Amino acid sequence: MSETGADVIVIGGGIVGCSTALHLAKAGRSVILLERDQAGIRASGVNFGGVRQHGRALAEIPLSFRSRAIWADLDKLIGTDGEFAVTGHLRLARKEADVTLLLQHLQAVAEYGLQLEFLDRANIDRRFPWLGPSVIAATHCPSDGQANPRLISPAFAAAARKAGATLVEGVEVVEGTHDGASFHVSTRDRRGFAAPVLVNAAGAWASAIAGWFGEHVALKPEVPQVMVTEPAPYRFQPVLGVVGGDLYFRQIPRGNVIFGGGEGRAEPGHKRSRPLPEISARAAAEACRIVPEIRNLAIIRTWTGVDGDTADGSPAIGPSTTTPGLFHAFGFCGHGFQLGPGTGAVLAELIVQGTSDTDIHGLGIARLLGRG
Amino acid sequence: MTAGIVIVGAGPAGIRAAERLIDHGRAPILIDEAPRIGGRIYQQPPADAGSRRDAEALYSTEAAKARDLVTTFERIKARLDYRPGTTVFEISDNRLIALVDGRRAEIGFDRLILATGAMDRIMPLPGWTLPGVFSLGGAQIALKHQGCAIGRRVAFLGSGPLLTLAASQYAKAGIEVAAVVTTSSWSGLALNAIGMAVQLDTAAKGISHIATLLARRVPMIGRACPSQILGTNRVIGLDVLAGGRMQRIDCDAVALGYGLRSESQLAELAGARFAFDREQNQWLPETDDHGRAVGREGLYLAGDGAGIQGADAAELRGKLAANAVLLDLGNAIQDSARELGVLRRWRRFRIALDRAMPFPSGLAKSLPDATILCRCENVTAGEVRAAADQGLKEINRVKAATRLGMGRCQGRVCGAAGAEVLAARLGLSVDSVGRLRAQPPVKPVPIDALAGEAS
Repeated sequence: MSETGADVIVIGGGIVGCSTALHLAKAGRSVILLERDQAGIRASGVNFGGVRQHGRALAEIPLSFRSRAIWADLDKLIGTDGEFAVTGHLRLARKEADVTLLLQHLQAVAEYGLQLEFLDRANIDRRFPWLGPSVIAATHCPSDGQANPRLISPAFAAAARKAGATLVEGVEVVEGTHDGASFHVSTRDRRGFAAPVLVNAAGAWASAIAGWFGEHVALKPEVPQVMVTEPAPYRFQPVLGVVGGDLYFRQIPRGNVIFGGGEGRAEPGHKRSRPLPEISARAAAEACRIVPEIRNLAIIRTWTGVDGDTADGSPAIGPSTTTPGLFHAFGFCGHGFQLGPGTGAVLAELIVQGTSDTDIHGLGIARLLGRG
Repeated sequence: MTAGIVIVGAGPAGIRAAERLIDHGRAPILIDEAPRIGGRIYQQPPADAGSRRDAEALYSTEAAKARDLVTTFERIKARLDYRPGTTVFEISDNRLIALVDGRRAEIGFDRLILATGAMDRIMPLPGWTLPGVFSLGGAQIALKHQGCAIGRRVAFLGSGPLLTLAASQYAKAGIEVAAVVTTSSWSGLALNAIGMAVQLDTAAKGISHIATLLARRVPMIGRACPSQILGTNRVIGLDVLAGGRMQRIDCDAVALGYGLRSESQLAELAGARFAFDREQNQWLPETDDHGRAVGREGLYLAGDGAGIQGADAAELRGKLAANAVLLDLGNAIQDSARELGVLRRWRRFRIALDRAMPFPSGLAKSLPDATILCRCENVTAGEVRAAADQGLKEINRVKAATRLGMGRCQGRVCGAAGAEVLAARLGLSVDSVGRLRAQPPVKPVPIDALAGEAS
């Protein structure tokens, strides 16, 4: 079998893989990206569309900042802003224990330089009076926002291609080895690729690839379920989340309300997934409690996507512990959309320069090995 | 063990399926979205409307069949768990999720017969979103169900047997029919007369509708290429190119439809496998000759929801689906051979009809860029073409890029035309661009109803 060579092979055409390919191509590296389906259409293209730094694990915060800076100038990088809008993000407390968590988080992220605003109910009444009585307090992150995943993620793929990366779509990677100098990757349709650097950005399917190189990470499918209403007058500007994560909510200027919470069901092999009616019912009920005004709007569509969940809820990003030249970026646990652009930039720096100014030390794969 | 058999749809297929099951000692649940039985074809006026129109006035040549269906229903209803006003919007494993009186309800099943019927197939044209433009079936239902017309001077535009039927019903009801305009040729009907001769009686009825219109001196324009519907705030006319010249038809309403498309979303959510049917130019759930769905045990499909064959065939297909259920449950039933034989004749008749009055795929190419394709989301033909030019080759990708089919109707209205415009731009056959996937809910559901007891 003859092999096609490049400086870097990226497995996975989601927002992470495409951003990595884009940044590498811009740095002059030859890149082959292998995508089983079409780039940008799985979890990266069907997620909720939140772009938040708010409420993240502390280990993710520096990367989230890095990503946020890229979001601010997205148009220059990928040729579209993908409806990115800085609308702010509210994290809501529904019980006293939630308020404690909000305040702890506010203090912790302040040390990183992220300024959150605490809102008691009187403040909420003044500024966001449409929030239902079950909301007792909130923290507000004004620099957060939202964007349209079904535009953004394919645009990253198109930009990577335009920058010179080779995107091979419709190929399933079935085997990968390292001969001490190069990685050799083969696909189900018996094509071969070789490169000294391999990036594992295969999303929900990435643990198998890590396993080929002796890094066994338990990754369980996460199947976020989202739904959208018919359009209504634009009224709810900030993106909403709750302590506990069982509801997220946003409205877009054209009027549709998008919200989700809970998980649908993945098919075996989790190439496809579908919504579950009881999850829709639970999310709808909670959405009505949080924003009672929406109760008469009609739901017009429900969908799901599949991501990978790690044991501690944060992704594995950075160099392999076993194999030089192998880099991981997976296990984003359903909140990788905001991190995607920055993750690609940081990985490209690690590959090209061997180092990055963005601190990702808390996200290395080592912490997840041999657990679960 | 008593198998729970559920039928969705109380049109001709659903009622005949229920009858056959009851006559063999089964007690199915019959679910219907409408408040009264009959489906679209035999839709009845509201029970409290005090309508004095008899079956002849409502259904003209089909009155006897409508009466017979209602009589059958009256005979079996005591042994039937009949649930009108129930809109099934999702199927998850062996549960139907439905909207009943504004509340969410679940109905379990062991075996499911879907008899979900059909709706109009639309090819947009400039002006089709003006007030005064109705789908052909909608225009007919306004008359049948509510006893009102869509305008004072109505133009009928499209193809398929419903076109002349609806126009003749309007004419008989005393409404001025401005013209009947079809993209097919009237002579094409004659060319396929050999195929249609397998159902002489039905072919004769089709001709009688045309005769009714001709007797009233209604202009009948064939081989037409519709150009635009005129008006700013409402319809004032219709321009069509025919016989080498542009003709203007003064009218205040247009009934528009090019045959029917199967309402197959529930079959898809239930797990049926789909294949493209070239004669009908649409994706259809695959079944065996009795209506057993391919790819999903316990699922049976009957009537126009599983491919358009008309109301008479729907009654047979309902009986055959019931036969399949009974056979699969181990009942000894009479042989289906005779019914299968008649159904084969209907199928041949339908193929001849589809060939005589095809969906006008060719119009997709010439639609002006500014024409709205998806009226829920205001997506134009030009936007779909631009997506094709950017390299998108699959209709769901075009949906993601343009919003086509993302609105309230979920592509039920615009999906067929969107695929045609995309395929025409790419120079591909329409089946090669795929089909819009069904996603729940298949009809819009209020959030608080969806929440149900969870709220």
